Amino acid sequence: MTVSDNKLKTKNPVLGALGKLVQNQLFIPLAALLVLVLFNLIADPSFFKISLDQSSAGYPVLSGYLITIIDNASELAILAIGMTLVTSASGGQDISVGSAIAIAGSVVLRVLCGTDSRPTELKAPIIVAFIVCVIVSMIFGAFNGVLVAYFKIQPMVATLILYTAGRSIAAWINNNELPIISEPSFGYYGNFIPGIPLPTPVFIAAACMIIIALILKFTNLRLYSQSVGINPYSSRLNGINPQVVKLITFIILGACVAVAGFIKVSRLSTINYSVVAKDIEMDVILAVALGGNALSGGKFNMTASIMGAYVIQFLTTTLFKFKVNANAISAYKAVVVIILVVLSAPIVREKLMQLKKKIMPGSGVRKEVA
Amino acid sequence: MSTNSNVSKKGLKDRVALTDTSLLLIITIVVFVVMYVCAVVFLGKGFTKPQTFLNILNENASLIILSCGMSLVMITGGIDISVGQVTALVCMACAVHLDFNGGNVVSSMFLAVGIGLAFGVVQGFLVAYLDIQPFIVTLAGLFFAKGMTTIINSSQFNVQNEQFQAMKTTTVTVPLLGAVNKQGVYVPAYVEIGVIVALVVVILLFVALRWTKLGRNFYAVGGNNQSANMLGINVKLTKFMAHVLCGLCAGIGGYVYFMHVGSGSPSHAAGAEMNAIASSIIGGTMLTGGVGNIIGTFFGVLSLSTIKNIVASLGLDEAWWTNITVAAMLCIFLLVQSVILARKANKK
Repeated sequence: MTVSDNKLKTKNPVLGALGKLVQNQLFIPLAALLVLVLFNLIADPSFFKISLDQSSAGYPVLSGYLITIIDNASELAILAIGMTLVTSASGGQDISVGSAIAIAGSVVLRVLCGTDSRPTELKAPIIVAFIVCVIVSMIFGAFNGVLVAYFKIQPMVATLILYTAGRSIAAWINNNELPIISEPSFGYYGNFIPGIPLPTPVFIAAACMIIIALILKFTNLRLYSQSVGINPYSSRLNGINPQVVKLITFIILGACVAVAGFIKVSRLSTINYSVVAKDIEMDVILAVALGGNALSGGKFNMTASIMGAYVIQFLTTTLFKFKVNANAISAYKAVVVIILVVLSAPIVREKLMQLKKKIMPGSGVRKEVA
Repeated sequence: MSTNSNVSKKGLKDRVALTDTSLLLIITIVVFVVMYVCAVVFLGKGFTKPQTFLNILNENASLIILSCGMSLVMITGGIDISVGQVTALVCMACAVHLDFNGGNVVSSMFLAVGIGLAFGVVQGFLVAYLDIQPFIVTLAGLFFAKGMTTIINSSQFNVQNEQFQAMKTTTVTVPLLGAVNKQGVYVPAYVEIGVIVALVVVILLFVALRWTKLGRNFYAVGGNNQSANMLGINVKLTKFMAHVLCGLCAGIGGYVYFMHVGSGSPSHAAGAEMNAIASSIIGGTMLTGGVGNIIGTFFGVLSLSTIKNIVASLGLDEAWWTNITVAAMLCIFLLVQSVILARKANKK
């Protein structure tokens, strides 16, 4: 069967390429993106309009729905990087990312403002605040990682702890005050740098992607996390320490959270503990799932995850454009998640394959096309 | 022939599970008693009154029901994080049904149970028969319920329906526990109807888990999926039933919550799933499945709410300290479980 399939594929390059495309992991996010683009094109083509406007400070900035999408998807894409690794190695997801972002943002403000909630000038350089925020987030990531790797608690339950406590800890860090930073240069990271028409988060996200691409290229991270995710016992026998690998993925996610949190506070120059990055964990998990990665761990495709993040944001922005209530959006997304997981469930896949064989016995159709 | 071996093996399994269960149960009860005694000794006043204790029950009747459902699912090795938002959805749906659609109390009860069952059936089907991770399925359920609540009505409102008001204010007097207040008037102690419902649910589920075939199957499936299958237990059906029962509990719990607050709002029962999971874990239900006890869960809820009351009466800002203490408690109990598991693995 497989041999004849291969023969057919070599005979028919077009069909072979098509089959490869469907099998490719990038197919799902790309197809979803295509559906959304078509939908928007039909409903309202002005969705794709990009115009050059003047910002309030008088600099030229690009605006339009597409710019909004790549701008707002930055945090999601950055988080998707870490979440993909965690999913791959531990076979579970971290649901505390939203709360951890609140903590990260709170730390940034605390360092920059000190105890004064309306500072006239920054108490510390921004880079120091960023570094402290990264360290704190990595510690929280390590906390989750230790619970998962060393105490063998399921990732989602282990991260439930921080999910509950996170926003409260964030409030506690700043004594439940909401500091506001008036310094304009702090806003550059979440909005626009004067003179550059693209929003800064886009560049930050791009930088993160380049860094992770280099890490995956030059280290064994991909191999290790995949093998731990597929079978921790045999990877242990092959000299990989599964516990350390899991811990490292959680720490990397912590770093991603720090960057995302930094962008989030910079966007508004302030923070609202109960609202910031609300429900983002759902979007991130959805991005990973949309990228065709198995949520039960093992092999992963980073590009597909990141692509998934942009597709999610595309969906969100589309829903917003059609005046869907912000809280109601979650219902639509939940439906998307269910459809995705059902389609990717092994049992359903098997059934679908059987159905396909029944409806069009493979070779016959292929010969016809040829 | 097969039934014979079935009984003996299950009996053995039960005994092993029971030792863990009883150990965890004892820990829970001790923690609760110590906590309550500490509260009485150090905070005095309020905690000595029986009504304070009954108020804990009044406020947490719905949580008790939700936690019982959660325990069932957790005993089979799954989890259901949608219960909190299902509660909110039930409240909103019933509120709208009563006030805007001219429904009566009985039909609203059916509505509540129906919503809960619908969630249970769909999630149970996806988890048991399509073999999808329970966490993902119920996370989607959580967000779906959240969205639906907002779609039905996006703002909070109080129910005016008279029939419902009459039921909401009905209380049951508990004999012998009344107290004399400062004016020297005897005030009888009371509980709400919800508490009675909760206690009935607790007893029913306890009996079901202990003495029915289905209940024992829950433990067997949670303890070891494959051997349960070999013993001829329908693993998929058992898991499915656990989710259906959990959904049912979410529906009933939702209605009890609704009776307590008497309003519909998208922000109702926020984080209740978290409290339910925490209560189950504190009550000695193992996340890995196969170990757990409804009575333990009941005490888990009491421990959790006592600590909340203590935090509140210490005058700490509730909004953050409650969450932090709950999370800390959850963390400690998770670690205890992890240690017990590790010890067991070493013994083998």
